[in-house]
Amino acid sequence: MLNRASILRVVSKLLIPPIMVFALYVQFHGDFGPGGGFQAGVIFAAAFILYALIFGVDNARKVAPAWLTRTLLASGLLLYTGVGVVAMMLGGDFLDYSMLATDQKSAQHLGITLIELGVGTTVSGAMITIFLIFDGRLRAEKDD
Amino acid sequence: METFYGLFNYWIVIVLMMMGFYMVIAQHNLIKKIIGLNVFQVSVFVFYISMSKIKGGTAPILTDGIEIYSNPLPHVLILTAIVVGVATTALGLALTVRIKDAFDTIEDDEIAILEKEDQERERGTIS
Amino acid sequence: MAVTAFSLVRIHNLFAAVMMLGIYSLLAAVLYVVMDAVDVAFTEAAVGAGISTVLMLGTLALTTRMDKEAKPLVPVPLAIVTATGALLIYATLDMPHYGDPGAPIHHHVGPYYIEKSASEVGPPNIVTSVLASYRGYDTLGEVTVVFTAAVGVMALIGRSRRRKKPDPKSENHGRKEQQA
Repeated sequence: MLNRASILRVVSKLLIPPIMVFALYVQFHGDFGPGGGFQAGVIFAAAFILYALIFGVDNARKVAPAWLTRTLLASGLLLYTGVGVVAMMLGGDFLDYSMLATDQKSAQHLGITLIELGVGTTVSGAMITIFLIFDGRLRAEKDD
Repeated sequence: METFYGLFNYWIVIVLMMMGFYMVIAQHNLIKKIIGLNVFQVSVFVFYISMSKIKGGTAPILTDGIEIYSNPLPHVLILTAIVVGVATTALGLALTVRIKDAFDTIEDDEIAILEKEDQERERGTIS
Repeated sequence: MAVTAFSLVRIHNLFAAVMMLGIYSLLAAVLYVVMDAVDVAFTEAAVGAGISTVLMLGTLALTTRMDKEAKPLVPVPLAIVTATGALLIYATLDMPHYGDPGAPIHHHVGPYYIEKSASEVGPPNIVTSVLASYRGYDTLGEVTVVFTAAVGVMALIGRSRRRKKPDPKSENHGRKEQQA
């Protein structure tokens, strides 16, 4: 079955790295152009799902085992709240980035970058997890 | 005529919304219901985005020499709503899968019949 | 777009319906670009046409492909829908026209964000600065919703029921969610 889809395999092999790089670009360029954590997370997950569809979910599971995606899922949210708590400990309000650095603008920039990263991690983790779970269910059903 | 062009966007939204609404209340298939919810959801998104548009405005990314920007606030709200929407859709689909497991059908009228039978059977065994 | 939506109502094959939903949301993305919401269009294209289609197909594989039988347009829901639609259209007559700069929405916090975000927050993309800075709490809530939804899917269909011992991992996740 895999041999029949050689065109798909070659093309997706070419496409997946650019998609992932594009996701990172969207993630960190979100301040200047359209983009941000939500989009980046979804694009990253899309690249992963493409990989899983073409090369088989078993290989994909080797790349991203369940514990990894679940950790991603949780760590993004943790990073987000972490930024808020750190700001609070430094004497500001919850999620008040002005405390993170001396200069107002760079502090805001740092805060935004960090929480966008958190958003991206959680969203991509969530999408990949949901996809893998649906697939695992499918497989369990086929075994019956 | 001006009224027509001025309000046309709302009317499109309403037509789409009512199609989604109809799908939710009239279809018996649970997946079709979820699709209907999605249609409804997108129509609400279009409504918000069309509210934020200003004639002659441009995308809210600050650039030199541009004075009028569309209102960024609805964009932010909808941006997050889309992602949340897909996450909740996934939850709904997961529920559908479980319902299929439990009742072996995803048509809600059939499920209602099965449930009634179950209840009657339970009552029968108890009494 | 309305045509695709209408075909969604009538279509009988669920597989085709899912494909139509993908087209529908791609069209919505195009519409967002026309209405200046580039960020939103971006998300809609990636989410609606990409991820949700894959998820829907996964569900179809798990359940069934076909709707039960073709139904004629059912009169009672149709009447309800028409009445609601007519009422809503009557309500729009009072709404500000499309693109009207005098609409109330453009005189609330919107102008404040546009004027001040460059000096207070910095990034030229106003959407980002509102999303991450002014409305940080809001976004935190949204992220939590996404997280909870993923955990919910995990809890609902995460394990096959044949495995008897409970999976300790998902329990940990539930606890973590409560803490967050």
